[in-house]
Amino acid sequence: MSKRKAYYTNKIKRAVHLLLYKRHRKPGAKGWELRKALGSDYPKVLKILDKYLQALDLQVKTIFEEEKPAEKPTLEQLDKARFYITLRGELTPKEAKMIGWRIDDLAGLATTIAYIISKKGKTSRKEVEELLRDKLPGWKVGINIDRYIRYGYLTQDENEQLYLDWRTHAEVDQKALIDLLLGAEA
Amino acid sequence: MQSKRTRKKLGREKLQRIIEMCDSVEGHSLDPFLLEVDEVISIIKEYFPEWKLPEDLCLDAETVHHLASVIKLQSEWVKHRSTSLYTDPFLLEEKLIQAENAEIVEIFLKAWHPIVELEQISIHSLAEAIRYWKDLLPLDERWKTISPEKIETGFATREELIRERILRDRAFSEELENLWRELKKTVEEKGEDDKIRYWDFVGAETYEETVHRAFMASFLITYGYATLEIHPLEEERFIKPYEKPLVKFGKKQLVSIPIAVTTEDWMKWKRGELR
Repeated sequence: MSKRKAYYTNKIKRAVHLLLYKRHRKPGAKGWELRKALGSDYPKVLKILDKYLQALDLQVKTIFEEEKPAEKPTLEQLDKARFYITLRGELTPKEAKMIGWRIDDLAGLATTIAYIISKKGKTSRKEVEELLRDKLPGWKVGINIDRYIRYGYLTQDENEQLYLDWRTHAEVDQKALIDLLLGAEA
Repeated sequence: MQSKRTRKKLGREKLQRIIEMCDSVEGHSLDPFLLEVDEVISIIKEYFPEWKLPEDLCLDAETVHHLASVIKLQSEWVKHRSTSLYTDPFLLEEKLIQAENAEIVEIFLKAWHPIVELEQISIHSLAEAIRYWKDLLPLDERWKTISPEKIETGFATREELIRERILRDRAFSEELENLWRELKKTVEEKGEDDKIRYWDFVGAETYEETVHRAFMASFLITYGYATLEIHPLEEERFIKPYEKPLVKFGKKQLVSIPIAVTTEDWMKWKRGELR
């Protein structure tokens, strides 16, 4: 093995440990943490790792602190961003059940996320509860919303307004979801 | 022709109504485009020359502030509509209501890429934990109860108590009466119209003594041995002794007058700059 290859192999191993093992409340790692552990060429390490993960249907996902920069991100923007390893492709409904989601709960989550997006990213909990009550038993609605909040898909302020939280930004392709919903035949 | 007063009143009412409307828009109960910004600006401009009082100017500023918030909401609305994420909420709500749960899930799974995360213990961290456990002291050794040191009780003399400032060397009433006599004597010698400037009486060689004299002087006034005369425009304060202590409780409402005795004021008084 060439010296250069060995160098990157070691760095990739270290990056996988940092990105997969949960060390804080949130999974993944911040850019500055990766820079500290892997060195200033961490964006290159992540690029090689992403290429390697492609074969496993996984990817390195970058979530920027603010809106996604239109051009190549600066080092400062990368340092502030959070990196995760996510599924690259899609799960089948059967697989979704295997990872602990009942179909109704997942449908409730999808409905809530889509509804909040249509309301410009903010809506009252009461409105969401009314919408979910149409398809879910009343006793389950509150429990489900609390679960979505606990997992980090939603957040709620003191006025009971719901917003999308970090996990939705990391896991859900919001534009694709809306396009698919609107394109679906009712 | 409207009188100036009526016009001002009308202007205030209009600004209040604008603020209320802006509040409703900010609370998301009204469409931000219901507010005609040009019209509101012309009203604000029209009445602005009338405002002279600070309250009116504050009302004007508050209106402008609320208007700016509504303009920001309008701009956010336009920005959202122009993005690819914009969708008619009613249309989407309809779709969500009509679609079956299974269908929604099928769509969601196409846009959902869950994070891969692991919570697993490794042999290395187990070894580390065992090492820590071995070195950890038992709770009864870490949380030892500390019993307070026993001290023999004894007697303290009056002189010791005075030294510790628990007792004063003179009774309070005695000290107060001495100060009252001193005030009367100082007024006789240096005062004018039976009174003396407050700082000329309480001021002393040291700051500590000055504070103590100010503290005692406050009791002279409270207990009716003297009174304060304040001339707010000239910023002058006088202390005036009574010949006999007055009993005024219950007859007249007593008021508290805070007087700051700061080191800066004391220094100024020492330099002869404070009167």
